[in-house]
Amino acid sequence: MSYSITEPSRAQKWMAGILVVAYAVITLLPLIWIIATGFKSPSDSIAYPPKLFFTPTLEGYVNLFTTRTRQTAEFLAANPPQTWYQEIVAKYGMVIAGPSRFGERFLNSVIIGFGSTFLSVFLGTLAAYAFSRFKVPLKDDLLFFILSTRMMPPIAVAIPIFLMFRQLGLSDTHLGMILLYTAVNLSLAVWLLKGFIDEIPREYEEAALIDGYTRFQAFRKVVLPQAATGIASTAIFCLIFAWNEYAFAVLLTSGNAQTAPPFIPTIIGVGGQDWPAVAAGATLFLLPVMVFTILLRKHLLRGITFGAVRK
Amino acid sequence: MAQIRIENIRKDFGSFTAVQSSTFTIEDGEFFMLLGPSGCGKTTTLRMMAGLELPTSGSIHIDGEEVAQKPASQRDIAFVFQMFALYPHMNVGRNISYPLLSQGMPKAEAKARVLEVAKILGIENILDRPVGGLSGGDRQRVALGRAIVRRPKAFFMDEPLGALDAEFREHMAEELRALHDRIGATTVYVTHDQLEAMQMGDKIVVMNHGVVEQFGVPQDIYDWPATMFVADFIGSPPMGFLRFQGLVGNGADRVRLGDCDIPVPVQREGAEGALVLGIRPEHVHLDDAAPYRAEVLAAEYLGTTQIVTLRTAHGLIKARLPSSTPVRAGEQIGLRFDPRKITLFRADKGRALRSAANERVLGHG
Repeated sequence: MSYSITEPSRAQKWMAGILVVAYAVITLLPLIWIIATGFKSPSDSIAYPPKLFFTPTLEGYVNLFTTRTRQTAEFLAANPPQTWYQEIVAKYGMVIAGPSRFGERFLNSVIIGFGSTFLSVFLGTLAAYAFSRFKVPLKDDLLFFILSTRMMPPIAVAIPIFLMFRQLGLSDTHLGMILLYTAVNLSLAVWLLKGFIDEIPREYEEAALIDGYTRFQAFRKVVLPQAATGIASTAIFCLIFAWNEYAFAVLLTSGNAQTAPPFIPTIIGVGGQDWPAVAAGATLFLLPVMVFTILLRKHLLRGITFGAVRK
Repeated sequence: MAQIRIENIRKDFGSFTAVQSSTFTIEDGEFFMLLGPSGCGKTTTLRMMAGLELPTSGSIHIDGEEVAQKPASQRDIAFVFQMFALYPHMNVGRNISYPLLSQGMPKAEAKARVLEVAKILGIENILDRPVGGLSGGDRQRVALGRAIVRRPKAFFMDEPLGALDAEFREHMAEELRALHDRIGATTVYVTHDQLEAMQMGDKIVVMNHGVVEQFGVPQDIYDWPATMFVADFIGSPPMGFLRFQGLVGNGADRVRLGDCDIPVPVQREGAEGALVLGIRPEHVHLDDAAPYRAEVLAAEYLGTTQIVTLRTAHGLIKARLPSSTPVRAGEQIGLRFDPRKITLFRADKGRALRSAANERVLGHG
């Protein structure tokens, strides 16, 4: 195969550069705004025009993780702040009453997000392999049925699911939310992974079968390593959905299994609009998906089957 | 090492019959070619022998043991795929040792075996390399290494040279044949390239539309094709056909084409109606005195020989003549056919009529 390649002109390179920078600014600006707001004082956070330069403070983060009560000047004078975070709240005439619920909400998000991602990818890989390799009766109809669950917004079935969860005792449980997000993600996982597995030549497994492996061993030792790229990208998509999901979380969780997305907005309401604390919560909330994506980035980019098969 | 016996094997994919009722035997140590055009069922036949497809009916015996319904892993055979199917996430050494480790062989022993095989194939120096960057030939050698390291009963190869460059193919074909002669293992080799089949094979099965057309040693198949398909598929250029209406009796030694009597081998069966006289290009000679006339259409120069296309009253045929023979397009010439080398066919079934010349090959059936 031959391609004719012409070096792009100077003007074209400039044009491409400007486009990339413009796109980066548009996508990154809200992110930078949130991260910056998390380190501003409440008054800086609502200053107009917005302050580009400000004295960073951890007030937002302290407020995010604590509950506070107002105290009299006498009490504060009698009990001077012992730590840096007590000092921060003392400036406003308050003392720390205890931890906020952000930590456990965040942990709920981790359990539900990663739990449902694992389950979706695990079941999705098995189903995709079966659809890709075996004669499944009514295969096309089944695949269409699986896809059709994505043809409406998931929230359209909120009421039946709400009633079902109440009957089954799944409301406000981790297991309930993991099952729900898995059900929503599974169609995406099956279709994405089927595409990836279809691309893996059958000869690899056949070679393994002849070499003395069982079908399952061939799947585990030959197919899985080669589907790693597909599995990684599918996992990222599933995690992003489960992590960010808001509507079901509002509807189905409250005291026990509430995730971070419905919790973060409630931070605003406590004694004035505490934007830095909300921004701090949002910033921390962004981190796991970012880290997960960066960790799997290598898999996303590396074409591991490159060059081993001659087509 | 093993003899492989295929009896009445058949494979249906839904309503499509890929292989119907094939029977042949591969002797111990033979280099056996499954030859045919694409879609003729040769690969399906090989995959059934290997256990990658299960036959709809029929039996397969490897070393006397019936294996038709057994999984591939229990047949103790090795398979070389056209696209090599090297495990891309392992280096060369791991690829070759993989089948040994899967059988539970201790690592040290496996390593020794891999080294031994690598020496045979001349790839000792690339054992630590990833398979990704290898040349086509080295990949082919690694795939072969993975096959021979197990010392299986038989090797099955599905167009193993198909993915290589043309100039390298010939070299690899020689290497493969030499390797076979050294190891002496029964080898079944699928190809659509008749030259490759003739060059490498001890025996050839020619298949078409899921049916075995002919089975035998390369010379017999070339000289005495059982069907018009084989006559046409084997040889370059293929056998020429002169189509005529006529009658040939049992015991006849000539047929009548137009106004000419053409001598043929003594016939052992008679036929009447639409017949075909088949003659290989090298057995067509020019003879000004011959009564059978033809017009020269074109000549293709090939160095020592030339291929001359001729128009006769019964269709176009080709002659392979020495380059020194002067021929001019448009010229009228006389043709003489080597009477010992002619095969007559029935046009409707495409089947060869038995004669004194080919009955040894075609049998008395």
